[in-house]
Amino acid sequence: MTLKVDDLRVYYRTLRGEVKALDGVSFTLADGEIMGLAGESGCGKSTLGKSLIRLDQRMKHVGGSVELDGQVLPIADDRRMNAHRFFEVSLIPQYSMSALNPTRKIGRMIEELLRSRGAPFDRKELERRLHLVGLSTDVLDRYPIELSGGMKQRTVMVISTLLDPSLLIADEVTSALDVSSQRAVAQTLLEFRDRHLVKSMIVVTHDLSLVYQIADTIMVMYAGKLAEKAPAKTIVNAPRHPYTQALINSLPEVGVRYSERRLQGIPGSPPSLLNPPKGCRFRDRCPLAFDKCETEPPFTEIAQGHSVACWKAI
Amino acid sequence: MLKLDKVGKTYRIGAFGGQELRAVHDVSFQVNPGEVVSLIGESGSGKSTIGKMVLRLLPPSAGAITLDGTPEADYYRHVQGVFQDPFSSYNPIFKADRVFEMVRQGFGLPSQDWREKVEAALRSVRLDPGAVLGKYPHQLSGGQLQRMLIARALLLELKVLVADEIISMLDASTRIDVLNLLGELRERGLGILFITHDLSLGNYVSDRTVVLYKGRMVETGRTDRVFGDPRHPYTRRLLASVPQLHRKWSEEEEQPEPEAECLFHAPGEGWVEPDHFVGCAFGGEQDECPRAAEAVVIPLR
Ligand SMILES: Nc1ncnc2c1ncn2[C@@H]1O[C@H](COP(=O)(O)OP(=O)(O)OP(=O)(O)O)[C@@H](O)[C@H]1O
Ligand SMILES: Nc1ncnc2c1ncn2[C@@H]1O[C@H](COP(=O)(O)OP(=O)(O)OP(=O)(O)O)[C@@H](O)[C@H]1O
Ligand code: SF4
Ligand SMILES: [Mg+2]
Ligand SMILES: [Mg+2]
Repeated sequence: MTLKVDDLRVYYRTLRGEVKALDGVSFTLADGEIMGLAGESGCGKSTLGKSLIRLDQRMKHVGGSVELDGQVLPIADDRRMNAHRFFEVSLIPQYSMSALNPTRKIGRMIEELLRSRGAPFDRKELERRLHLVGLSTDVLDRYPIELSGGMKQRTVMVISTLLDPSLLIADEVTSALDVSSQRAVAQTLLEFRDRHLVKSMIVVTHDLSLVYQIADTIMVMYAGKLAEKAPAKTIVNAPRHPYTQALINSLPEVGVRYSERRLQGIPGSPPSLLNPPKGCRFRDRCPLAFDKCETEPPFTEIAQGHSVACWKAI
Repeated sequence: MLKLDKVGKTYRIGAFGGQELRAVHDVSFQVNPGEVVSLIGESGSGKSTIGKMVLRLLPPSAGAITLDGTPEADYYRHVQGVFQDPFSSYNPIFKADRVFEMVRQGFGLPSQDWREKVEAALRSVRLDPGAVLGKYPHQLSGGQLQRMLIARALLLELKVLVADEIISMLDASTRIDVLNLLGELRERGLGILFITHDLSLGNYVSDRTVVLYKGRMVETGRTDRVFGDPRHPYTRRLLASVPQLHRKWSEEEEQPEPEAECLFHAPGEGWVEPDHFVGCAFGGEQDECPRAAEAVVIPLR
């Protein structure tokens, strides 16, 4: 097993109190598993990704543990995490393409980055990986501003995987890309795994129909908690959590038009994470809610590899 | 009406700007009031470059972009943009109320009733003013910020909104909300240039579609025509590569190459019906367009 996350709780400290963005999350990732991670904006997906890499000053590790390849990750200890970060676990952050240093050419930036981490710089290998994601080596001599969004995104992808980490967390890496580059990038992720450049992956995305193409499993979060995790096929064809069902149903079918048929999002909005309500956090918006939902449903395995947190499903 | 007339853009790249990169060639189309025009194309095809020129963030190298009946000085308050990465559009040290106040000062708008106007704009994008004002950008999620940007644009006397990949970071249900919002704005008479790589969402919301290939328009027309009866081989391939739920790439049978014949050589020659234009992906340039073979295969990268 590559990753084991147990009852992880990470909160943001704010003047108005603690934002409970990750509030008791437990799951495992098998060797070679590619897991898609989905859920409404603000449900804590990026927080989960950041927690496995670096907690910023406002983030507080409140409880729970993370094991990578059988070793406890010291996630709350920024200095000790240095030995793991980038070498064993790597994150491609959301919006990372706008975070490239504008004053450095790409090639120079990569060299500096590797040197600062005490890692070797292998130009040949770098060029090979650029080709893998469909970039020409010219990009090394260009400044970030001279690349389109998609080109920058693929560059960041190459940089993050140069040291063959065990776990790669890719936060919205395909969402800036057009369909053909999306497909290329998704297939590159698969290839990274198949060639053992990366052991396992968490692919955070809103594009379920894309992640379905490459993911072995999909995990759905809602308001800081897990709603469901199952094989990708099950999530798409037979989801059991009412939120997952609503999410799958709000994907537009090809060919629907605004002027002809109005699609509906999920009515209502998720609860505040400052003082989240007791019980099931989806209760206010759930068409199936009943009195039992005032107590929190446990995240329970209902079939091999299929876990759900909903009283109607367990 | 926003009008692009034979617009081109050449960037200077390299250490001393020694090389040239032609990112946009000879692009002409218009965005009428109450109309959503979607601009689609692969990464690097020049979509954002066109968006930035429309917003006057970049000067065109050729051609002109005009807004009918609008003096140059007012262009900025009538044409506003929202971008993919909402975080980069905000100064991280200002809270939301401050951001709106700066809009007011920047455009010299009256302070009377400003708070009410801001709250109304926020509510019209379905944000709770109490929940977002008073927060710093990083305390809001991507979807909340994106809607706040639209609200900010609405406070000006907006005529044209340029939306560059604004939904790609949103989840499915929030996407639908934002798209429906664009639909409502359109019904209020706004013209919207909707830049996207998501073909099914472009199809959902837009009235007309412009397909770009390497900075050139290869097909444009009413969305139902372009999507329903695509003529250019490139458009056909683009449509065929949309990922679909329930259909896995790995389970797909090898598709025969879509018909790759291209009969449209010279720009301006390719009207297949009124308001449905198909052009040569190579601008009809003899050495690039292998017309002699009467067949052009345009690879998807
Ligand atoms: N620095 C912060 N201070 C306070 N609250 C924060 C901070 N960063 C994030 N949050 C809150 O934590 C919650 C989870 O945020 P997170 O960025 O993990 O969401 P997400 O699932 O990645 O959303 P998106 O799909 O929009 O990227 C949100 O409600 C957000 O408002
Ligand atoms: N400031 C710049 N200087 C030099 N070249 C640039 C600049 N901005 C963009 N380019 C180049 O112009 C071309 C078009 O880029 P543009 O950003 O318009 O593409 P796009 O269609 O928006 O792509 P994406 O879907 O990836 O965002 C690309 O080849 C890009 O490298
Ligand atoms: S536990 Fe109750 S409220 Fe929550 S999703 Fe299930 S039925 Fe709905
Ligand atoms: Mg996120
Ligand atoms: Mg772009």
